[in-house]
Amino acid sequence: MFGKLTLDAVPYHEPIIMITLAIVGVLGLGMVGALTYYKKWQWLWSDWLTSVDHKKIGIMYILVAMIMLLRGFADAIMMRAQLAVASAGSEGFLPPHHYDQIFTAHGVIMIFFMAMPFMVGLMNIVVPLQIGARDVAFPFLNSLSFWLFVVGVALINISLGVGEFAQTGWLAYPPLSGIEYSPGVGVDYWIWSLQISGLGTLLTGVNFFATILKMRAPGMTLMKMPVFTWTALCTNILILAAFPVLTVTLALLTFDRYLGTHFFTNDLGGNQMMYVNLIWIWGHPEVYILILPAFGIFSEVVATFTKKKLFGYTSLVWATAVITILSFIVWLHHFFTMGSGASVNAFFGIATMIISIPTGVKIFNWLFTMYRGRIEFSTPIIWTVGFLITFTIGGMTGVLLAVPGADFVLHNSLFLIAHFHNVIIGGVVFGYLAGFVYWFPKAFGFKLNEKLGRIAAYLWISGFFVAFVPLYLLGFMGMTRRLNNYDNPAWTPLLAIALVGAFIIGAAILFQLLQLYVSIRDRDQNRDLTGDPWGGRTLEWSTSSPPPFYNFAKVPEVKELDAFWEMKKDGTANQVPAKYEKIHMPKNASEGLIISAFSLVFGFAMIWHIWWLAIVSTIAMLVTFIARSYNSDIDYYVPAEEVAAIETKHIQAKQASQA
Amino acid sequence: MIKKRYPRLFSLLSSLVVTLLLSGCDFVLFDPKGQIGVEEKSLIITAVLLMLIVVVPVIIMTVVFAWRYRASNKNATYAPDWSHSNKIEAVVWTIPVLIILVLGYITWKTTHSLDPRQPIVAEQPQITIQVVSLDWKWLFIYPEQGIATVNELAFPVNTPVRFEVTSGTVMNSFFIPQLGSQIYAMAGMKNTLHLIANESGVYRGLSANYSGHGFSGMKFNANVTSQEKFNEWVQEVKQSSTTLDSGKYATLEKASFNNPIERFSSVSSNFYDAIVEKYTHSSGTHAHSHSGSKE
Repeated sequence: MFGKLTLDAVPYHEPIIMITLAIVGVLGLGMVGALTYYKKWQWLWSDWLTSVDHKKIGIMYILVAMIMLLRGFADAIMMRAQLAVASAGSEGFLPPHHYDQIFTAHGVIMIFFMAMPFMVGLMNIVVPLQIGARDVAFPFLNSLSFWLFVVGVALINISLGVGEFAQTGWLAYPPLSGIEYSPGVGVDYWIWSLQISGLGTLLTGVNFFATILKMRAPGMTLMKMPVFTWTALCTNILILAAFPVLTVTLALLTFDRYLGTHFFTNDLGGNQMMYVNLIWIWGHPEVYILILPAFGIFSEVVATFTKKKLFGYTSLVWATAVITILSFIVWLHHFFTMGSGASVNAFFGIATMIISIPTGVKIFNWLFTMYRGRIEFSTPIIWTVGFLITFTIGGMTGVLLAVPGADFVLHNSLFLIAHFHNVIIGGVVFGYLAGFVYWFPKAFGFKLNEKLGRIAAYLWISGFFVAFVPLYLLGFMGMTRRLNNYDNPAWTPLLAIALVGAFIIGAAILFQLLQLYVSIRDRDQNRDLTGDPWGGRTLEWSTSSPPPFYNFAKVPEVKELDAFWEMKKDGTANQVPAKYEKIHMPKNASEGLIISAFSLVFGFAMIWHIWWLAIVSTIAMLVTFIARSYNSDIDYYVPAEEVAAIETKHIQAKQASQA
Repeated sequence: MIKKRYPRLFSLLSSLVVTLLLSGCDFVLFDPKGQIGVEEKSLIITAVLLMLIVVVPVIIMTVVFAWRYRASNKNATYAPDWSHSNKIEAVVWTIPVLIILVLGYITWKTTHSLDPRQPIVAEQPQITIQVVSLDWKWLFIYPEQGIATVNELAFPVNTPVRFEVTSGTVMNSFFIPQLGSQIYAMAGMKNTLHLIANESGVYRGLSANYSGHGFSGMKFNANVTSQEKFNEWVQEVKQSSTTLDSGKYATLEKASFNNPIERFSSVSSNFYDAIVEKYTHSSGTHAHSHSGSKE
């Protein structure tokens, strides 16, 4: 009846997990209670859960990303604490069964359920506004993407309380992840949370690719697109090309585990090297999927806060395109030590180094944008300067790792760990956090507290160095990754310093939460009534903050790059049209949520081998999908009078604030 | 009060610096004991120095530009519409291209010269040691001496060693940091790694690829001694009462944590090949061509 699921699947004997679950339970009950008490269920359902508004979906993505950042960070601090004590015969406080789940979950969460949704969230909020569109190309699909992603998050969190998570490392190399060596449900949780959320990501790729290519405002040719939109376009091309590889790789591993096939096992002709190649053919583009939008954010931020045109727009765009293509021919640098021939290794090593050329050009472009600018040191620019210094160092260690001869001793060492945290924290995280501060007033209509934001940025930047420079050094000391305990006393002092660094980053995160709290409390003092709080250059700043649900009362016409800046210069910005027109908009849809809810049941049933439930939930998904296909009541027109009323209100508020 | 505090802080700092200097030899990759390691160390240093040519100016420019063009400095030039310069574009494309050209050339050369499969030329004749990763221990087979050990490695100084590396379980990576390169151990695969130790000593070895719960205990010491001492050691191992046969191997295949050193006085000459073939023959013709010897 319940497959492999029994009551023993709940880890009653693990105090850390049970306390966590108790806290989550209490918070959850509190939330349900509050929603009921304040009669907010209807609001939650129709304003958020079933919304197809890209801005709201974007906000929900980022909310989930931030919650998962906390969970991923909790994993990080447990690992650092374990390694600071688990030496000289001590086993530490985390036995391998628990510790190995933690480092696996940390990687999976930070990449798939923190960085990815943060990026997709920013893209959702910003891209349609930057290109002067009223929504994405497929609003319902957008909602479905979001909820499929939430299912992935739900599954990985359920694994905490029911069963276990994978103990394989974040990429679950077989044969370790095969059924012979990992007979538990951990790898199945890994497979289904990635497979279902990955499907959501792929649909996002389709959606934004179509949106950016087909829905730009009149006059916005490709070479007049803002750089963030350009990077978003390239990222979505990468998603379209890379995520199907992940889907197939996961499917083959699923066949191995569920049907007894031998694609990647040790026996019967299975070949683990095939998996390692496939997963990195997806995995390497994946890191560019994350970093390219961050490059876009820095480009927007640096131009806005230096009050200057972005230096070398054309070469920045070309550099992005070159990186997009090159990112597909470097995957082998993740396993030079597998035993390929010298010429193969050298080819992939050199191809990797070539990527550093366009990346270096980008860095110079940002530097020369600052040159002869008037730099306002707001929080986003502090992130940018921190990024330029940190990322340059991370890029250097990356090129070093691309030299096979150096990689032969640095591969899988803490040097490697330090390197990819250097580019992912210093590039991706700093970028998204800069974007978060930068576009927050656009999404919510008020600015975040500057002082707390700066403290958080300084703590993040310094915490990064305290936490990861020791890891670089430990790599030179021959310490490899994923160790649970060790007997080399020389490593202990540096691991202790790294733990201090993790605490500094923890303090940075606390300051960010405090910043959110204080900013929401004082929101009335920090309202942005103009819609253009930073002196922006691109179209998203031409509408109100937060924008009306239809984004633009009148679709703007673009003549130049930095369209809004040029409009402000020639006085055509913020013109009130003589007459408003009715606007065609999509209706809310609950089917995305419903299909995803059934896919959660499906994933859970597959993980626990509850076959009847898997079949029932599959049918339910299909029926919902068919019902949705026959639903023709999916759009409506906003009457011109309603548009006029909303716009007039905004204009009056703006004038009142300027008076 | 404050005056007192500083000397204490100073002494703390200086003791920290001294500790770091004294522990300089803990940076094993910068204190290599074999030719491969020495070459890899100098490759790392060369590559870093090359890249610093561009990294240092970038960091300096970041700090200088950020400071000089801060909004409050009204003396600095402000050129809001200046956004293109062919000269600068030429420089920022050319310099990285030149550096990568040089680094790419070095990479091509060293990747071939440091190819793990390439035998090392030395005065002493080469010896072969076969390495099998198991859950969670290392099995070393000495086909020329007809002995085997678990978690204990020994070989003579200045003698090229040809490691043949495979796995009887999931993937591991065979790594002795102070001697140089590592290589993956994979079931059904024969990987080859050539190393040499140019100084006697005891060097730590480990698995550099996570392989399950007991992975942290997959460490061993590589005892590099004179040829005479090595011969003595071989004789010692030959005194062991246990031999390595398929029955014993079945016990070794079972998972164990922090396995103690074990010695086997004899082992058949094709034992290693049998372990490799276990994972290649059951699959028909196709897989064989994939997973045969890679040389």
